[in-house]
Amino acid sequence: MADTTLAGPTGSETLLKLVPKAEAKQSMKDFKSDQEVRWCPGCGDYAVLAAVQGFMPELGLAKENIVFVSGIGCSSRFPYYMNTYGMHSIHGRAPAIATGLASSRRDLSVWVVTGDGDALSIGGNHLIHALRRNVNLKILLFNNRIYGLTKGQYSPTSEVGKITKSTPMGSLDAPFNPVSLAIGAEASFVARTVDSDRKHLTEVLRQAADHPGTALVEIYQNCNIFNDGAFEVLKDKQQAEEAVIRLEHGAPIRFGADGSKGVVRDPATGDLKVVAVTPENEGDILVHDARAASPTTAFALSRLADPDTLHHTPIGVFRNVERPVYDTLMAEQLDAAIEQHGKGDLAALLAGGDTWTVVG
Amino acid sequence: MTSQVSSPAEQADETVVGEQRKPAGAKDVRRLDRVIIRFAGDSGDGMQLTGDRFTSETASFGNDLSTLPNFPAEIRAPAGTLPGVSSFQLHFADHDILTPGDAPNVLVAMNPAALKANIGDVPRGAEVIVNTDEFTKRAMQKVGYETSPLEDGSLDGFQVHPVPLTTLTVEALKDFELSRKDAGRSKNMFALGLLSWMYHRPTEGTERFLRQKFAKKPDIAEANIAAFRAGWNFGETTEDFAVSYEVAPATTAFPTGTYRNISGNLALSYGLIAASRQADLPLYLGSYPITPASDILHELSKHKNFGVRTFQAEDEIAGIGAALGAAFGGSLAVTTTSGPGVALKSETIGLAVSLELPLLIVDIQRGGPSTGLPTKTEQADLLQAMYGRNGEAPVPVVAPRTPADCFEASLEAARIALTYRTPVFLLSDGYLANGSEPWRIPEPDELPDLRVQFASGPNHTLEDGTDVFWPYLRDPATLARPWAVPGTPGLEHRIGGIEKQDGTGNISYDPANHDFMVRTRQAKVDGIEVPDLEVDDASGDARVLVLGWGSTYGPITAAVRRLRAAGQSIAQAHLRHLNPFPRNLGEVLKRYDKVVVPEMNLGQLATLIRAKYLVDAVSYNQVNGMPFKAEQLATALKEAIDG
Repeated sequence: MADTTLAGPTGSETLLKLVPKAEAKQSMKDFKSDQEVRWCPGCGDYAVLAAVQGFMPELGLAKENIVFVSGIGCSSRFPYYMNTYGMHSIHGRAPAIATGLASSRRDLSVWVVTGDGDALSIGGNHLIHALRRNVNLKILLFNNRIYGLTKGQYSPTSEVGKITKSTPMGSLDAPFNPVSLAIGAEASFVARTVDSDRKHLTEVLRQAADHPGTALVEIYQNCNIFNDGAFEVLKDKQQAEEAVIRLEHGAPIRFGADGSKGVVRDPATGDLKVVAVTPENEGDILVHDARAASPTTAFALSRLADPDTLHHTPIGVFRNVERPVYDTLMAEQLDAAIEQHGKGDLAALLAGGDTWTVVG
Repeated sequence: MTSQVSSPAEQADETVVGEQRKPAGAKDVRRLDRVIIRFAGDSGDGMQLTGDRFTSETASFGNDLSTLPNFPAEIRAPAGTLPGVSSFQLHFADHDILTPGDAPNVLVAMNPAALKANIGDVPRGAEVIVNTDEFTKRAMQKVGYETSPLEDGSLDGFQVHPVPLTTLTVEALKDFELSRKDAGRSKNMFALGLLSWMYHRPTEGTERFLRQKFAKKPDIAEANIAAFRAGWNFGETTEDFAVSYEVAPATTAFPTGTYRNISGNLALSYGLIAASRQADLPLYLGSYPITPASDILHELSKHKNFGVRTFQAEDEIAGIGAALGAAFGGSLAVTTTSGPGVALKSETIGLAVSLELPLLIVDIQRGGPSTGLPTKTEQADLLQAMYGRNGEAPVPVVAPRTPADCFEASLEAARIALTYRTPVFLLSDGYLANGSEPWRIPEPDELPDLRVQFASGPNHTLEDGTDVFWPYLRDPATLARPWAVPGTPGLEHRIGGIEKQDGTGNISYDPANHDFMVRTRQAKVDGIEVPDLEVDDASGDARVLVLGWGSTYGPITAAVRRLRAAGQSIAQAHLRHLNPFPRNLGEVLKRYDKVVVPEMNLGQLATLIRAKYLVDAVSYNQVNGMPFKAEQLATALKEAIDG
């Protein structure tokens, strides 16, 4: 993964140039605030925080031009621990608030930190609309498949039949697959990674940061208090070999011991399926194309995982395409209006067309 | 257009219409001091456009005026039905007036439904112009007329002018290649032409307007102009209209200056743009379409060359959320809505109270609860604005009193938001939003300076000598906290909805700190500098005070004038600031034996007054979706004086 050759899509360079660079070399320490981190010991959030703080110096952006905006939930305490500008807002609304900030201040690098309840339940509307607008936001969705801060109710990503405090006989509702949802909402960048795989997490962050427009990064994150081991199958070295499909742009999609398994397109249905790789079918193995104009294959990849066992879970960048960025379009309309009508003249505006004069 | 109104002598013989359209010498011309006209028709008949045009003609002529558009919430309610009736009332005068008028002197009824829905408001003796073409048996039965009101004597006592408006319009347009149906559509312009003749209105503006509106369809423009002129000529030639009327310009009613006609929502939009310029901050509007506030979104979206960003959000919550995000980034941030939208925005308003960022919440009130009466006016969101949030979350409240006053009220709301770093409610209503009146156009250099200072460096020194930035260290005079916008080096800080420690802004669950912060946020709002309440007590011996707020200013003032003209003593005061109240309000209230509070709700201001000042305020209420009538208020106030 780390040696991926993905460069930022054309145009991203210009957009990212609007954010001022740091004058001096930065270190991870520069991004740690003076606040004590108060997640439960052993929480997956620590790993993500460390990865983000460790990755920020690599971006080399002036830290006063970085803003973290969050909603409500355990993960949404994140901004307090970053020595950047930050806002811990209200439940589900971070994408909306961040949209106002990003679309009015193109010189800022705006990050949203949210969870599965925050982004997909109470804030579902804002998430899908941010994605379709393609606002220049980097959304980190911490998915632990449980409500942590309210002490253990099932979430919109919990598996069906989950026994929790609010569902003693098992949950009834079918879960969202956040990657499928994002692709369906016209997202231009969608990725999935895992809290404990720092190298992979960092690489996904790198690509997300490079992406002009909304980048959605789903991070599987362990809640060791209310849903411990939810992603164990993806983390345990032996099991992970069979369970995890690592996506790399331009590479055949193979996994398992020595790449013994692969993903092929079923010629009858057009859908994707997992097969044992043989010399005969090796040429049919799907080559991952995150840049495909059509979201169809990325969506099909997002459906490979079994929602209960998590077997065949692809991680990495599913989709990374360039399309017009909302903030840029908004700024361009302002420029065009000035070009067409000249800079606003208040006296002329107030007078309007039909006036009359009263003299003494 | 600009018409000079320089002296009464000049004005008396001013020729306002082309020579060929001067009323024929044979016809009487009578001089009136004021007239109330109501145009009424089907939702699809173009009554609002007709009213707007007559208003523009009247404004450019120099009369004082006040308007009341009244229309159903449905875009096209079933044709010919009572719920589908749309009307536009205009009051214009040669002196200053305050309301759209109680009862029309002239009703234009385009169909039986319009006649039936409006005739009850028209006093005997008034003129009623009806479009006889629409009085078919079926159309009359649809609204419950068993016999024709034009023939059964039920209109005896009115001066009825039966005019086949549709037939005459179609006849006038026979040279245009239009179907009968399409030609008939111009009947509103025929009616406008007729009324323009009756009241000597200037016509150039309407012809210019039609050419502009139909610039891409010149045939339609010419057809409408032809119908408009035909209406004028019909008035001039037909014997049914023997009299025309002059209402002289209101020369002495207005201070010197340049004037235009303006509606409340337009004035409010301009006020926001002006505030942005005066604050030297970009304007950011986050909004979701809702009646009767959408016109502000429409208007602001036209002015991107002023650096105005308008964001049509996915919902009300996102509208205010985006605005709050923009406020964090240093914009003059605004969200516009009506009552149901405020309910959805409540949690974010609470966040803004906690974050202590400037934010304008514009509520164009309409009938409630729930969806209520979307196109009708009401003042029933006052307590929602005051208290509609969890926790102790005080928000300043400012209310405009007339359509044109929405401009200044916007600037005042922005001043409070920017100076005190707080969300502010601007409470307009449907009547102000859509009503219009003449407005003296201010010069930009008359406007208040609203510039603010962003935080630029450390504001506190720790015991060890380190200079730091504390986001919740307050200005001792205003109790405002610093506004440190992202992009400022060294001031990186985190804010949020969790209770913050005084000074540092760090998360704090300390009980004493919470108590202190709750009281401090309240003290900040209580301490906002607002002008003292002015009392109009002309005779100086009044024992009754009438206290109002918002759009009731016009009817209350008109009622007070009537009472005084009849020799009664009454004092009047009108609140712009509902939170905090003016410092002298308590003292003012105690000066009078009786305080009467007329409101278009069930007594919300009265409740606040009684709670805060222990004054036995008398509530006078109306919640029928319409503004008070001056006569009705005068009667109620007279009873208060006598009782």
